[in-house]
Amino acid sequence: MAGDIWVVAELAEGGLARISTEAATAGRELAAAAGREVVGVVVAAAPDEPARELARYVPRVVAIEDPAAGEHAWSAVAATDLAALLEREGPGCVLVGATPDGRDLAGILAARLGWGVLANATGLSWSPDGPTVEMSVFGGKLLTSSAFTVEHGIVTVRPGTVTAVTTGTSGTIEPVAGGAGGRATGPGTDVPLVRVVERVSEAGAAAPIEEAKVIVAGGRGVGGPEGFRIVEELAAELGGVVGATRAAVDAGWIPYARQIGQTGKTVKPTLYVALGISGAIQHKVGMQSAGTIVAVNRDPDAPLAEFADLYVVGDLFEVVPAVLAELRARRT
Amino acid sequence: MRIVVLVKPVPDPAAGAERLDSNLRLDRAAAPAVVNGNDEYALEAALKLTEAHGGEVTLLSMAPASAPETLRKALAMGAQRGVLVSDPALAGSCTLSTTRVLAAALRTLEFDLVLAGVDTSDGQAGVVAAGVAALLGLPYLSYAARIEPDPAAGRVRVRRISPTGYDLLEAPLPALVSCTQVLGEPRYPSLKGIMAARSKEIAVRSLADLGLDPAAVGGSVATTRVLGARPPAARGATRVVRGSPQESAREVVAFLAERRLI
Repeated sequence: MAGDIWVVAELAEGGLARISTEAATAGRELAAAAGREVVGVVVAAAPDEPARELARYVPRVVAIEDPAAGEHAWSAVAATDLAALLEREGPGCVLVGATPDGRDLAGILAARLGWGVLANATGLSWSPDGPTVEMSVFGGKLLTSSAFTVEHGIVTVRPGTVTAVTTGTSGTIEPVAGGAGGRATGPGTDVPLVRVVERVSEAGAAAPIEEAKVIVAGGRGVGGPEGFRIVEELAAELGGVVGATRAAVDAGWIPYARQIGQTGKTVKPTLYVALGISGAIQHKVGMQSAGTIVAVNRDPDAPLAEFADLYVVGDLFEVVPAVLAELRARRT
Repeated sequence: MRIVVLVKPVPDPAAGAERLDSNLRLDRAAAPAVVNGNDEYALEAALKLTEAHGGEVTLLSMAPASAPETLRKALAMGAQRGVLVSDPALAGSCTLSTTRVLAAALRTLEFDLVLAGVDTSDGQAGVVAAGVAALLGLPYLSYAARIEPDPAAGRVRVRRISPTGYDLLEAPLPALVSCTQVLGEPRYPSLKGIMAARSKEIAVRSLADLGLDPAAVGGSVATTRVLGARPPAARGATRVVRGSPQESAREVVAFLAERRLI
């Protein structure tokens, strides 16, 4: 119905991405505050499993089965399936993750439908006219609250904005055939689908850092790829994943997918452990909203000493083994 | 290969001087402007591609009239010319207006590839490039770690970064590709490049030049507005630990336990 809240889910390795469980929870809370309905949507070649998962978070799920999603970039497939549906149903607000797929989809849909976009929400509330979206700008120096001036808009939601909570019951699932009626393919009339020739998994790929509750990150002070072993060891001990600064990524010690900061990922874990990281503004913007920040660095005057919760002045190659020993002793 | 690179002058994030003006819009006079970081990766990729395949690089920017100063640096890196869409009506534009204006400007240019940064450091929305592709009906290949065009075959392959590695995408040309830092460090302008940039053309286009109605795009029809701003809650004071590795380790573990993180 017009004015409802829709949440478009993303997949991660065939299942529902965690960001989408959070977006669905945020959408449900927003709908409750607004007195509107919330609808979840999955677009996939095999949507049944993720749709069932999404139905644990929202009372109504539209499961669009589109074989094209299997072998094409997702955003164009999802956008062509969703554009007509959204135009017909006219939701007031569509939530997606502030992720590569979510941003791509938001960009295509907003342009096609003439809707607004509010990006990187870190908080959502309802005012009589629509959603109010809080976001962090200028490297975290300011929190702004914004609203749409038009009837419809798309909000990209940052990971960690809300804690995902299921409803305790299972919502209804409406199967819909995607790509129905054929796709308009004339130039300028539609978004061409882009073929995926191959999906390549690289060695060392791990859980996405945006979704991790605990991140142990290494910077220049880690010294080299061997140095990351102890970063990995501490991450494993704390049940977290490994992150890195741009310096470590540029040096080729760790893949770009692990990079936190301005041209990398923005994260909001419960615990962030910074090893051999100075905490320059380019890195700070990506991790400053972490719940607790613990740093180990030899330089007592590094920027992180100004905003970490606990700052250990010391050599990480001496301190971290001692921390590992303490943690292991505590467990036994 | 004719490549258009979308570039945006942004407040230098390293200067830390960004602020909002009294209308709650970005105060572009408050901080020195630089070329957006991700756009520099796009430009570097474009320069390398024209070096390998021949061709020319054109910069396209939508920015205030002061932008040529910033665009000269990008021209000094090696782009051949610039097109600047500038119009007083565009102040306070939302992402939708920006998308529409850049798409309209691209309709006046000839290209095989359009490259853009995946997002800008000021707005950080990361939605404009996708929207431009959608309005022009161009294949959209995003989050590129590598770009391999085959002009003879009229197609491009792009490695799109995925959570576990990458997806190899393929599309016919012309296409639009959004670029990441993985494409490679941007070059520094040479002295010769800086000298040459002074005489390179920056064509300034108004909305009227593009056939756009100033009442249909720009600040007056923005789809979003900022209601207010406040500083974030300050983090608590930092507890600094100096001691032997063992003493420090005990403090770290006690602190984590105190906060129920272990």
